[in-house]
Amino acid sequence: MEDVYILAVESSCDETAAAVVKNGREVLSNVIYSQIDLHTLYGGVVPEIASRKHIDKINQVVAKAIEDSKTELKDMSAIAVTYGPGLVGPLLVGVSFAKALSFASNLPIIGVHHIEGHICANYIADKELEPPFMCLVVSGGHTHLVKVADYGEYEILGRTEDDAAGEAFDKVARAIGLGYPGGPKIDKVSKTGNPEAIKFPRAKVGGSEYDFSFSGLKSAVLNYLNTASMNNEKIVTEDVAASFQQAVIDVLVGHSMEALDRYGFKKFAIAGGVASNSSLRAAFEKACEDKGVEFFLPPPILCTDNAAMIGSAAYFEYKRGIRHGLDLNAVPNLKLGER
Amino acid sequence: MKILAMDSSGLVASVAFLEDEKIKGLVNINYQKTHSQTLLPMLDDLLKTLGEDPKDIDFLACANGPGSFTGLRIGVATVKGLGMGLCKKVIEVSTLEALSLNWPKAEGIVCPIMDARRSQVYAAAYTFGENDTKPVEVIEPVNCEIGELLERLETLGKKVYFTGDGVPVYKEFIESNLKVPFVFPIAANEYQNAANVAILGKIYANEGKAKDACDVTPVYLRKPQAEREREALLNA
Repeated sequence: MEDVYILAVESSCDETAAAVVKNGREVLSNVIYSQIDLHTLYGGVVPEIASRKHIDKINQVVAKAIEDSKTELKDMSAIAVTYGPGLVGPLLVGVSFAKALSFASNLPIIGVHHIEGHICANYIADKELEPPFMCLVVSGGHTHLVKVADYGEYEILGRTEDDAAGEAFDKVARAIGLGYPGGPKIDKVSKTGNPEAIKFPRAKVGGSEYDFSFSGLKSAVLNYLNTASMNNEKIVTEDVAASFQQAVIDVLVGHSMEALDRYGFKKFAIAGGVASNSSLRAAFEKACEDKGVEFFLPPPILCTDNAAMIGSAAYFEYKRGIRHGLDLNAVPNLKLGER
Repeated sequence: MKILAMDSSGLVASVAFLEDEKIKGLVNINYQKTHSQTLLPMLDDLLKTLGEDPKDIDFLACANGPGSFTGLRIGVATVKGLGMGLCKKVIEVSTLEALSLNWPKAEGIVCPIMDARRSQVYAAAYTFGENDTKPVEVIEPVNCEIGELLERLETLGKKVYFTGDGVPVYKEFIESNLKVPFVFPIAANEYQNAANVAILGKIYANEGKAKDACDVTPVYLRKPQAEREREALLNA
């Protein structure tokens, strides 16, 4: 069988990324230009600033990905690009650039769903992993419990009704003075905090039984901080962080394990930026072990936004014969499984 | 010399193909679809109709601003991708200077104005002397209040030829306020046109101003809102 090389581009948020992936599982290069320092000044991602940075860096990032991979543009089978979901300005830079590059080099263009990319990071991390399995995608913009029926076939079992898990991390981190980005900072200080110090709520929501809600938890943390400050009580940042983090993890693990019981999957994977949280990884590892379910998780570099995962997802799309046209557009609210 | 030019800085998406002295093809679309859906298919159609292989072009040219932030980035990202894939150099052309060719050889001041919202415009002003091969800038590209622009035009003391998508927006204001003679274009001549980008592109290519695709960058003339607000806060 002929080898398939995909050059992938990702620019849906604040990382300009490009990668070359062979046969969907072998990463030949993975270049990420992170703008995080720039957005830290504003306490979060500013779409217009992110878009401007993407256009400044995209050629250099793509050129470096090709160079690092020891391949050439002419060796590619296709060019892939994230076309949603994400911030429209940043997405448009990647989509416009990748389409033009595909046109100029006479290669097919494949638009990839960002969340499908996150899930596919697991195919890179474990070369033996095959569907069906269940995957929890947790990031700054997304919280989805997904049934992966086959390559490219997804069904959402649960999603957040309000804030994404990562968004809650950012908001709570800001409230307790840790700053942006919240995920890694809360993860770090939680290590010295007591996760049982404060009882924050574990929300059950009305919609699907596997849906999530994190805005109530966020409000509970803010209320706790206000009350404590009014009563002149000492706030132990580490304890607040650890207790908040534990509440998030309990809900994520709880819902996931219930869904595993119900659907009877033998494999469970996590993906997305929040999946690089060390306590979350440990909690899932233990929960899966207790259940006798095989657990998969990508290394942190493949959890945060990257283009290697997009190249992997595109490979399976390529094999299914999926190609897009030169009119491919950015779709900021693209639904999972939508073509 | 073959130049493939594009402009997606405003409402119109426009692509043009120039060979030596001739504009061989020009396509303009002024329709609801986003430039990201239209620009590249238009370019593909144009090349196919002309039977031109993109590999045979000498330079790419792109209107790099000012204009709609998103529109500019679609055009610039497209030209950066084309430049990389075709290994061709890119000529950046000011959107305003290209618009000024809507009044070629006008005897007075040509003033392209683009609507920048909140009673602001992106604008510049040019003259065309008899022996000039290209527009001569008399007001540099600016982002300012329309009233401020009119004051600057008055100090030049010549008849003003307006063009650009700011014309329908500020027509009444100009009629009531500008104290020097002026002319508005016919409606179809208000818009960006990639043929103008190609013509100026050729001049700049001959002056050695073509750049590597990685160095092409939009000219916004306006900082992002968050950045302006942050600066105001820091200065307060």
